[in-house]
Amino acid sequence: MSAWLDRLTQGLSRTREQLSGQLNVLLGRGPDVDEAFWTDLEDALIGADMGVVAVNEMVERLRDAAKRQALPDARAVLEHLAAEIAAELRRPDTEDFIAASPSTVLVVGINGTGKTTTVGKLAKAAADEGRTVLIGSADTFRAAAVEQLHIWADRAGVPIVESERGTDPASVAFDAVKRAALTGTDLLLVDTAGRLHTSRDLMAELSKVKRIVERESAAPVHTLLVMDATTGQNGLTQAREFNSAVGVDAIALTKLDGTAKGGIAVAVVRELGIPILRIGVGEGADDLKPFDPEEFAAALVGLG
Amino acid sequence: MFQNLTDRLQSVFSKLTGRGKLSEADVDAAMREVRMALLEADVNFKVVKEFVAKVRERAVGADVMQSLTPGQMVVKIVLEELTALMGGNEARLALSGRVPNVIMLVGLQGAGKTTAVAKLANLLRKQGKRPLMVACDVYRPAAIDQLEALGRELDIPVYRGEGTDAVAIAREGVKNAVDRLRDLVIIDTAGRLHVDEEMMDEAAQIKTAVRPEQVLMVVDAMTGQDAVNAASAFAERVDFDGVIISKLDGDARGGAALSIRAVTGKPVLFASVGEKTDNLEVFRPDGMARRILGMGDVVSLIEKAQEAFDETTAADAEERLRAGSFTLDDFLGQLRQLKKMGSIKDIMAMIPGANKLPKDAEIDEHALVRTEAIIQSMTARERVKPSVINGSRRERIAAGAGVTVYDVNQMLKQFAQAQKMVKQMGSQQGKRKRRGMGMPGMPF
Repeated sequence: MSAWLDRLTQGLSRTREQLSGQLNVLLGRGPDVDEAFWTDLEDALIGADMGVVAVNEMVERLRDAAKRQALPDARAVLEHLAAEIAAELRRPDTEDFIAASPSTVLVVGINGTGKTTTVGKLAKAAADEGRTVLIGSADTFRAAAVEQLHIWADRAGVPIVESERGTDPASVAFDAVKRAALTGTDLLLVDTAGRLHTSRDLMAELSKVKRIVERESAAPVHTLLVMDATTGQNGLTQAREFNSAVGVDAIALTKLDGTAKGGIAVAVVRELGIPILRIGVGEGADDLKPFDPEEFAAALVGLG
Repeated sequence: MFQNLTDRLQSVFSKLTGRGKLSEADVDAAMREVRMALLEADVNFKVVKEFVAKVRERAVGADVMQSLTPGQMVVKIVLEELTALMGGNEARLALSGRVPNVIMLVGLQGAGKTTAVAKLANLLRKQGKRPLMVACDVYRPAAIDQLEALGRELDIPVYRGEGTDAVAIAREGVKNAVDRLRDLVIIDTAGRLHVDEEMMDEAAQIKTAVRPEQVLMVVDAMTGQDAVNAASAFAERVDFDGVIISKLDGDARGGAALSIRAVTGKPVLFASVGEKTDNLEVFRPDGMARRILGMGDVVSLIEKAQEAFDETTAADAEERLRAGSFTLDDFLGQLRQLKKMGSIKDIMAMIPGANKLPKDAEIDEHALVRTEAIIQSMTARERVKPSVINGSRRERIAAGAGVTVYDVNQMLKQFAQAQKMVKQMGSQQGKRKRRGMGMPGMPF
């Protein structure tokens, strides 16, 4: 059992069965790899939000591999699949720009994915490591977004640059970047308002924020897309739109502590080549973990 | 990525034309397309299985097999069955005669509960209720501040209790409503994970304490396959009565909504379709079925048009139109009606076939605003008699509207063309009247 999955099952009773979910049914009933196994595997992967087209291809390849390599039983097939998914998710050239100093990170995403919470957790983790952190609150739209971020900033003991609701988010971002440069900040985290990728105006506003930050920041600027693991097939469109508007460098996949498996993230990595950098597995400040492709893939196919 | 189910079926069936009859293999090929379309729309895979079996049974029936347009027939069956699966007719919010009525909102984190509380309060106030919003999310930092800010914006009172006991706050909130003579209480609760025993207990306790008339679960339209797991857990532990689907203004197909209805039997009551506090609508199963299949939603379009339609303005314009004196003022009136219907993109999404337009076709939402500004920068005389608008007037208008002279020229040119068309229409209508019959084959 992987470490983070372990942590989950400790905290949440009665959920273990559900968590291991659909896929362990495949192992629970015996080692046979028959037609029913393949049908159930297909269902389980679709149920993990991997997407029907991708799943069809995946199962097709897997059937072929099972035959050619004479995989002995169901577990061997699932292990093969997990290895294949992990290989897709592994991006060796991925730079952990959150851990770098100095660094400016723009945090973006649709409404309700957990951007503000992610900023809070990242700030806390960096501050605990002894790095100097500054938070810029460019969510000037949602009621009380600044207040929410304030509480996180207090918890982390880091300063925050903010502005009144309704002001231009780009100007707050500008102030934050200036202040980060003046104070020699290691990590500047800029929180932005949640926006649906279909809103042309709000996406244009976000591009402007990014442009300003890039123009003004002496530190390298990266964009982190916060995605909710419960997201369905629309997740790929979201990632694509944000990527074309501001250029996404990495993904933080949140809310993996429920029963959702976050299979859509695999599609995002495959289609857009954007790596996953962090996963959110709980509400605590230290529940935002570095991403481990092997662990994630194992959990995804029910081997966790 | 998504393709309209009609197109998909059409391409399956196109090979058949001339043969006249469908075989079972043809139906199977069609069902594969139906299955793919539903899965891509995030309908739960178990629901899809049962659904496809049911549709298949009807599709192999005689009427489809012998139909000249089997594609259309299958789509019709799919649409009917999907609508039925979502409950057929609109479900209504069931309130009682008790004062105050209590509605409690529950859901996962980030589903949009707090926003939904404000939108629902706003909607029900329009129907004559006097709502009080109660902030019971004592966990998320500043969640209570968020509800208070929304309350201030809408001028709807908010009760925020003291301490961190959500059950006690809910109970006090209802008492507070009685004191303040409010007849409706809407309770905002913390987002909770359906696998978190303690938090699910808390929700059940709030329910026991305040005995709400309705418990509504807020579900994000973008949720994937996991929606039914969460909804089943909430149904079991808190037993909700209906669903509010949020973020339906994006391009997610919202198959989760359908799955929840199918798995838990709870109807979807409302849909949130925008960021503004008045963007909450009564949910219509038929429109949702069409959306899931990637088809247009004509009924919503007509409703929107009717809402925005001001009969007097329209009658006036029609009168002048007939007389051939369609002025810039009339034009402005029509623009404003069009604007009331919402963004052009939203309207486009409801027009059947509009999804076939190239995806990156630029829709300039600001064009309407610009045109309005230009007309507003004109004098009354200029609006009635655009021919007086000379070079210096053009410059003045452009400066007033914050556009270039080129924009003003373009606008005037377009208006002249429209006026010409209107004149032709008017004269044709006149002729038709005199003859007492319509011209065959003419649309007007």
